[in-house]
Amino acid sequence: MEELVNIFVRSIFIDNMVFAYFLGMCSYLAVSRTVDTSVGLGFAVIFVLGITVPINYLLESYILGRGALAWLGPEFATVDLSFLTFIMFIAIIAAMVQLVEMIIEKISPTLYNSLGIFLPLIAVNCAILGGSLFMQERNYANLAEATAFGLGSGVGWFLAIVGIAAIREKIRYSAVPAPLRGLGITFIITGLMGIAFMSFMGIEL
Amino acid sequence: MSKDNNKQREALFSPKNKKLLTNPLGRDNPINVQVLGICSVLAITVQLRTSLVMAISVVAVMGFANVIISLLRKTIPPRIRIIVQLTVIASLVILVDQVLKAYVYDVSRQLSVFVGLIITNCIIMGRLEGFALNNKPWPSFLDGIGNAAGYGWVLLAVGFFRELFGSGTLFGYQVVPDAFYRFGYENNGFMILPPMALITVGIIIWVQRHRDRSLVDIS
Repeated sequence: MEELVNIFVRSIFIDNMVFAYFLGMCSYLAVSRTVDTSVGLGFAVIFVLGITVPINYLLESYILGRGALAWLGPEFATVDLSFLTFIMFIAIIAAMVQLVEMIIEKISPTLYNSLGIFLPLIAVNCAILGGSLFMQERNYANLAEATAFGLGSGVGWFLAIVGIAAIREKIRYSAVPAPLRGLGITFIITGLMGIAFMSFMGIEL
Repeated sequence: MSKDNNKQREALFSPKNKKLLTNPLGRDNPINVQVLGICSVLAITVQLRTSLVMAISVVAVMGFANVIISLLRKTIPPRIRIIVQLTVIASLVILVDQVLKAYVYDVSRQLSVFVGLIITNCIIMGRLEGFALNNKPWPSFLDGIGNAAGYGWVLLAVGFFRELFGSGTLFGYQVVPDAFYRFGYENNGFMILPPMALITVGIIIWVQRHRDRSLVDIS
C-alpha cells in the first residue's frame, strides 16, 4: 500500500508529465485559454490514462515482453515481440479512446457534452502514449502499481493545465511585450512553473 | 547539362514546390508559429547530439509517412483515416527505432521513450491530415521534409544553447576554453534542467516575432 501511495505522489509531483517530461504539450498549449475547457480536458486525460496504462501493462506482461508468452507453452518462452510495442500501444489507445467515447455517450450525455470534443484529441496526446511507454521502461511490479502510476500522471497533467489556464486568464490584463504575447509568455510561465515543481525533487514517502 | 534535364528539374522544384520546402523554416514554422510537436522538442535537447539524431529521425519518418499516405489517399475511407495514419507512422517509427538501436545504441538509450513518442508528434499527424490527404506524392514529400526541417532547426538551436551554456561543450567536445574556468567562469547547471528548455524556446519565439511583426498574437 505504501508503495502505491509513493508511486502515485511521485508521478503527480516529481515525475510530472508536463514539467519534467514535456508530454502532452500540444494540447496543453492549445486548450489552456480558459479554465473551464482545461478542466474538461484534464479530466479526460486522467480518465484515459487510468484505463490505458493498466491495459497496456497486461498486454506488455502477457503478450509483448521477452518471454511473456510462456503461458502458451514452453516453446514460446523465448519469443520476444517487444518490437511490436509501439504499434500495439497506439492501437490500444486509439481503440480505447473510441470505446470510452461511445460508452460515455450512452451513459452520461452531460459528461459527453463537456468531454466530447476532447476525447478524439486525446488519441494523439503524447502524454497518453508516454504514460504507457514510461510504464514499460520502469518495470512496475504489478497491475496495481501500473494503475497508480497512470492515475497519478493524469492528476499531475490535470494540475498543470488548470494552473496554466488560470494564469493565462489573469495575464490578459498585464502589459506583456507585444512579440511575447500569447505563445511566448506561455512558454516562459510554464518554465517558471517547472522550476517551482522541481522543489518537490527528492521527496520520498 | 542537357535541356531536358533542366526542364525536369524546373518541374520538380517549381516556385510553388520550393515554397512548400522553405515556408516551414520561417513564417510557417511548425514549432514557433503553428505550435505543434512541442512535446519532444524540449526533453531531448540537453545535448546537441541527441537533438541531431532526433531531428534526422523525424525528417525520415515525416517524409515517408507523407508519401505513403499521399499514395493511399484515394483508397483510405475517411472514417478510419486516423487509425490508418497512426499505423503508417507507427510502422515507420519502429523502423527508425530498430536502426537507432543497431547503429547508435547509446543515443537510443538517452532518447528512451521519446523515439516512440514520434508517433504522437502532432506535426506529423497535422501534416498528414492537412496536406498529404489531398495532394500528390511529390509535393507531399517536400512538405514533409520542409516541416520536419523546420522542426529540426529549432531543436538544434535549443540544443546548441543548452549544451553550450550548460556543459560548455558542443557535440561532446569542450568549447569553452580552460582559461575561462580558471578565471571563475562556471557552467550554468540550470540550463541542463528541463524548465530552461521551455524558456529557451520562449526566447526564440520572442526574437522571431520581434523581427516579423505580422506573427504577433493580437488576441
